[in-house]
Amino acid sequence: MILTLRIWRQKHARDKGRFETYEMKGVSPDMSFLEMLDVLSDSLVDRGEDALTFDNDCREGICGMCSLTINGVPHGPDQGGTVCQLHMRRYKEGDTITIEPWRVSPFPVLKDLAVDRSAFDRIIQAGGYITTNAGSAVDANAILVPRADAETAMDAAACIGCGACAASCPNGSAMLFVAAKVSHLAHLPQGAPERAQRVLSMVSQMDQEGFGNCTNHSECEAVCPKEINVSHIAKINREFIRAAVKSIF
Amino acid sequence: MKLDAKIPSGPMAGKWEKRKFEGKLVNPSNKRKYNIIVVGSGLAGGGAAASLGELGYNVDCFCFQDSSRRAHSIAAQGGINAAKNYQNDGDSVYRLFYDTVKGGDFRSREANVHRLAEVSAAIIDQCVAMGVPFAREYGGTLANRSFGGAQVSRTFYARGQTGQQLLLGVYSALSRQIGAGQVRMHPRTEMLDLVVVDGHAKGIVTRDLITGKIESWAADAVVLATGGYGPVFYLSTNAVGNNVTAAYRAHKKGALFANPCYTQIHPTCIPLSGDHQSKLTLMSESLRNDGRIWVPKKQGDTRTPGDIPDAERDYYLERMYPSFGNLAPRDISSRAAKRACDEGRGVGPGRLGVYLDFRDALSRLGDDTIRQRYDNLFDMYERITGENAYNMPMRIYPAIHYTMGGLWVDYDLMSNVPGLYVLGEANFSDHGANRLGASALMQGLADGCFVIPYTIAEYLAGTAPGEVGTDHDEFKKSQNEVSDRIRALLSVNGKRSATSFHRELGLLMWEKCGMARNEAGLKSALEMIPALREEFWENVKVTGSGNDLNSELERAGRVADFLEFGELLVTDAITREESCGGHFREEYQTEEGEAMRDDENFSFVGAWEYTGETPILHKENLEFEEVHLAVRSYK
Ligand SMILES: Cc1cc2nc3c(=O)[nH]c(=O)nc-3n(C[C@H](O)[C@H](O)[C@H](O)COP(=O)(O)OP(=O)(O)OC[C@H]3O[C@@H](n4cnc5c(N)ncnc54)[C@H](O)[C@@H]3O)c2cc1C
Ligand code: FES
Repeated sequence: MILTLRIWRQKHARDKGRFETYEMKGVSPDMSFLEMLDVLSDSLVDRGEDALTFDNDCREGICGMCSLTINGVPHGPDQGGTVCQLHMRRYKEGDTITIEPWRVSPFPVLKDLAVDRSAFDRIIQAGGYITTNAGSAVDANAILVPRADAETAMDAAACIGCGACAASCPNGSAMLFVAAKVSHLAHLPQGAPERAQRVLSMVSQMDQEGFGNCTNHSECEAVCPKEINVSHIAKINREFIRAAVKSIF
Repeated sequence: MKLDAKIPSGPMAGKWEKRKFEGKLVNPSNKRKYNIIVVGSGLAGGGAAASLGELGYNVDCFCFQDSSRRAHSIAAQGGINAAKNYQNDGDSVYRLFYDTVKGGDFRSREANVHRLAEVSAAIIDQCVAMGVPFAREYGGTLANRSFGGAQVSRTFYARGQTGQQLLLGVYSALSRQIGAGQVRMHPRTEMLDLVVVDGHAKGIVTRDLITGKIESWAADAVVLATGGYGPVFYLSTNAVGNNVTAAYRAHKKGALFANPCYTQIHPTCIPLSGDHQSKLTLMSESLRNDGRIWVPKKQGDTRTPGDIPDAERDYYLERMYPSFGNLAPRDISSRAAKRACDEGRGVGPGRLGVYLDFRDALSRLGDDTIRQRYDNLFDMYERITGENAYNMPMRIYPAIHYTMGGLWVDYDLMSNVPGLYVLGEANFSDHGANRLGASALMQGLADGCFVIPYTIAEYLAGTAPGEVGTDHDEFKKSQNEVSDRIRALLSVNGKRSATSFHRELGLLMWEKCGMARNEAGLKSALEMIPALREEFWENVKVTGSGNDLNSELERAGRVADFLEFGELLVTDAITREESCGGHFREEYQTEEGEAMRDDENFSFVGAWEYTGETPILHKENLEFEEVHLAVRSYK
């Protein structure tokens, strides 16, 4: 296949950045999207130009490192997958593909297609955990968890922290990310003691990082590579009200 | 050099208790005076950084990804072992210990393995307390599955994302310590050298991957948990960023590298599709619980699998290993697949593949049950191959997956360089010549959460805190070396990309030192690698500068280390004139093609010392008190 790629190039955080257009020949349908970018990047190096910078590591949809917006959609056209799982058989001869980094201000661009997502780490540091030191646990089967609760917790825990939710949201909200963690821990008895404090701290950190408010557009659910459901956002809203009421009385 | 593993005396089952009791302690109010560097944020490193922080030590933790949550442990799919015996099926600490020593083909250190089995139960308790959503039964108790190389169900799992859930548990514990200021996390920071002062590990030199800044960090002890070196073969199931750099730099500073030739091939990966390929994707071994492996009986059979009747299929694992069948250990099933393909009975493009067929399980259990167990794996397979495994068998082929070799450590997980500890896949200690499925996650968490917190105190108690600062000459020297090397990489300005060298090295390693090895092939590799390395330093092209985010430069540095390390791996493979576990020398096999160990001459850990010229081999003899040396049979 021959494709036209319009790719965002930006030298560093303070550079204004611009789109560059590349003609890409010899694309095989069996290639992954990132492998196609490898080939392009290698050819740039051959010509003495700067390689293309894009974050990636596991290349199997689990580490959450890859982060490309393709034709305006975070992670591209495949539902329930990351861009590293996308394969070129999705495209046809002559297609033009526009490739950009995540576009949301709490994730500043570092270079080309790579962004800084440390805001997500700080939200977890604010309370996305259960306080328990190594060695202090009781026997695992002493805590019974109904299977349905364990499954719901797992649905939420599947979040890979890639940031597509915030990148897709018209308000730049990180609500699905925060909700996934809050809901995961709120569905387990182990999470109960810190339940109220957790949601208050995490939401407050999310606001401090400059993420917008959730107004139920549900774009996040549509692009989430793990198909995390917006019902977890309803859950975090209930958790938040419960905690806020508790903190008043 | 005399290698002293410092194994506690006395009966096997009492060694760890004894060690814990006799070891020195650092009193609680003194802990905060000690600085510890942890390189790596996977299960081993993240677990260590969090646990040491919880104890009150001052910790700096480093990783090269943009967040500690992305360490390669995240990708583990199938599960984690523990001797809980929740299934009442005869499991015990002793059985897990026994299975692991046998599975490792009698090339691991018994005392370490026993400790691993002992602490395994506490790992599951801890993970549940942290909120890891393991699979459960309707009554609310934990569910288990069985894994290759075991006849009991002792594997705990969280759908097909066990590594992810465990790592996120560790990440949350680590985040708590970071939030509390006890651990300082340095993501996108790559360790490029170990600093040794008067024979003791006293710090590291790093490169900030965003700004390119070269920096020194001093500490009272250094813990490396930097994962495996699978990508020396270029294509592997590992994340593309996995590398040997940290371990190899420490090796050059005096740490011995043990058993580098013990590399594991995983039998169930998606076969190669073309030259562009950057990695191979693993299909979790848990699939072998319900999938049956076969090839056509006839050579060159091109019928679609559905058209081949049962009588014309060879379910070769069930035929050759009736008691373990499709769950035979990884090395054994990998070689069986290779043999079938070498005989011309492979399937799919290039005939480098065998079938993993769910037909019988689907009709026995129904689509829903299979979907519940493996949906994300079937989905992953379809994304990559475009084929639906509910309708036709998967095609699989072995690929490089895990590296048992690593830096040599004693019972305390300390290398021969005092103050340098090595944990997780980066060390060599627990899996011998072959690792059993679901045991790497167990080892990472054991090392990080339940071993290092005890054993590091012994060293620290004998060391005054903050003795050496970054103003010491050794730091300056090391910084200069690191900067010079970066400058050298940028100034070659040749014609080939670092990736092209990596690919060539990988292919060479796979062909000469992969699933099967022989003297002639290994000898030729020993000539080809130095030549390739020489060409690299004359002809590599690294564009961009050293002062910003430059993925080409990062890659070139790692490839340069692989080009040195590959030679060590091959040297180890040529020296070990026997077949054991993942190391299969064609000269040493039985008539049926099974591996032939030579316990008389090779029952040792081969630990290599860096000299700049020919490396020197040091041997740690392995003694087996509990498990009797036997031919490893899975028939
Ligand atoms: C696809 C796949 C599936 C697997 N499935 C299973 C399974 O089901 N069960 C099981 O038990 N095992 C499994 N394994 C093996 C297991 O996942 C790994 O062996 C284990 O997670 C390694 O953990 P670790 O903490 O030692 O290293 P890793 O998780 O690899 O972490 C290494 C860390 O070191 C850092 N690092 C490396 N070099 C540097 C440097 N120079 N400077 C700074 N930081 C550095 C990295 O950033 C990272 O944080 C699987 C492996 C693969 C590839
Ligand atoms: S590279 Fe890991 S999720 Fe895409």
